[in-house]
Amino acid sequence: MHKWYYVDDYHYLTPFYSPCITDRCVAGSAEFGTPLPKFWLIPEAAFTLPFLLLFRLTCYYYRKAYYRAFWLSPPACAVPDAHQKYTGETRFPLIFQNIHRYAFYAAGIISLINTWDAIRAFHSGDGFGFGLGNIVLVGNVVMLWLYTLSCHSCRHIAGGRLKHFSAHPVRYRFWTFVSKLNTRHMMLAWITLGTLALTDFYVMAVAADWFPDLRFVG
Amino acid sequence: MGTKRHFRVWRGDDSGGDIQDYDVEVNDGEVVLDIIHRLQATQTPDLACRWNCKAGKCGSCSMEINGMPRLGCMTRMSTFEETETVTITPLRTFPVIRDLVTDVSFNYEKARETPAFAPPVGVAPGEYRMQQVDVERSQEFRKCIECFLCQNTCHVVRDHDENKPAFSGPRYFIRAAELDMHPLDDREDRKEYAQAKQGLGYCNITKCCTEVCPEHIKITDNAIIPMKERVVDRRYDPLVWLGRKIFRRDQLDEPAYTPAPAHSAGSSVPSVHTEGTPFTSGRRGEGAPVRDDGRMDVAELALPTQGGPSPFGDQEFPLPPGHLNYDPPAHD
Ligand code: SF4
Ligand code: SF4
Ligand code: FES
Ligand code: FES
Repeated sequence: MHKWYYVDDYHYLTPFYSPCITDRCVAGSAEFGTPLPKFWLIPEAAFTLPFLLLFRLTCYYYRKAYYRAFWLSPPACAVPDAHQKYTGETRFPLIFQNIHRYAFYAAGIISLINTWDAIRAFHSGDGFGFGLGNIVLVGNVVMLWLYTLSCHSCRHIAGGRLKHFSAHPVRYRFWTFVSKLNTRHMMLAWITLGTLALTDFYVMAVAADWFPDLRFVG
Repeated sequence: MGTKRHFRVWRGDDSGGDIQDYDVEVNDGEVVLDIIHRLQATQTPDLACRWNCKAGKCGSCSMEINGMPRLGCMTRMSTFEETETVTITPLRTFPVIRDLVTDVSFNYEKARETPAFAPPVGVAPGEYRMQQVDVERSQEFRKCIECFLCQNTCHVVRDHDENKPAFSGPRYFIRAAELDMHPLDDREDRKEYAQAKQGLGYCNITKCCTEVCPEHIKITDNAIIPMKERVVDRRYDPLVWLGRKIFRRDQLDEPAYTPAPAHSAGSSVPSVHTEGTPFTSGRRGEGAPVRDDGRMDVAELALPTQGGPSPFGDQEFPLPPGHLNYDPPAHD
């Protein structure tokens, strides 16, 4: 823990530690300053990690998945659910699923930060650099954007809330675009889980010298 | 020529019943409803079952086939193995009347409690103009054939009778969404209504309604989640709240229709009948016409009109206000 999250040579930072804001962060990785003290309970990305988790926890797709798989309400369609009483998302604590909107705004900002990280990673040491790690980082960011944009909250904000599409042609087109992504939300949810893990693993492996980064330029 | 296959059908009435075994001939191209008809024609003339169109368009023949809510007329026998036993039971969520026929009045009560279309003020019927892009979303929900398979599958009421008073079910969520997205609908409080009176919060978006809908309406993705998001707009969204405070305006509250100056006769949003359920603008359930002593006539033939009032001769226009299930706008 708290190691191998950053490759100084190539400026690779794993998304789980971005932005790095505790005193523990090494110079190059802390793009946004280090306002927090180092303390083992505080994660390096204290400002973003909780929101990232919240975003996925309240995601309409993940909700469906874990309600079915773990909560067993219902375990499958037309199968008796295992509960004496059922109140759904009407009261504490599940009514808090409604904060998905906040988490979505946060996730948008986090995606921006991750994009910045991916761009910064092209600037390694003393100039332009390009390696397999860059492809991993950029691939991850692209997928993250697709996942974030395909969010049901995003679809709603983009145009779903309007009553008159005809009066808002631009938002209507945006809504149509998001709707198309939205039908693949489940797939994107799993893909990004994979790319996040892969990116984290790749950066860790390179930082820990398990294998060298495959460099094309620089 | 057909083969004999094994079937198990629930037989009984509101006092109870059990599953009985039958061996029935099955021919190429047949559907489950055909088998029921063959049963009625051969071994069990008294087997009760609802059906009408045999084309998946009337929504009458809902039943549970091997535990899955399906339309009997749209379930092909070729989807089962030759040797597979097919078990047919009535819808589980609604009380049984007899055999495969259930009492689905729960749905009609919920339909009545759902506020009807509120016509825009100052626009006479016949003057409504809408653009296709604006009504497109609502049109998806008009495909509903009211088979109530979604209502039956939804786990909120399927095993929880106690939730029935508070929960309207997916079929009425799509109705709410349809009207809330309708370009000319004049009601502003459908989101609040859906949350407070229809029990939108009970839904945990597990999508079983979408899975069983024979019309392939994306109930959860296109109606329930958008309605939940609209509720969030009103109650939980930080930016919308801030926007309201700062700019004192909000897109959300754009009027459904800006009346043309010529038609400014109308007053405000039409009020609703509040008898019974608050908010409801629907009619109460109507029984058959009765005599002065409160009893029905022996023969329908003795009634002033046979059957319900029809527009062909026995009905005066405009309809008396009590006979409308919506609130007509004032216009001259
Ligand atoms: S998505 Fe909601 S309304 Fe549909 S079946 Fe599931 S709980 Fe019921
Ligand atoms: S929404 Fe689909 S499943 Fe539900 S009543 Fe309508 S057609 Fe049937
Ligand atoms: S992220 Fe899945 S619905 Fe918002
Ligand atoms: S008989 Fe009409 S839908 Fe099956």
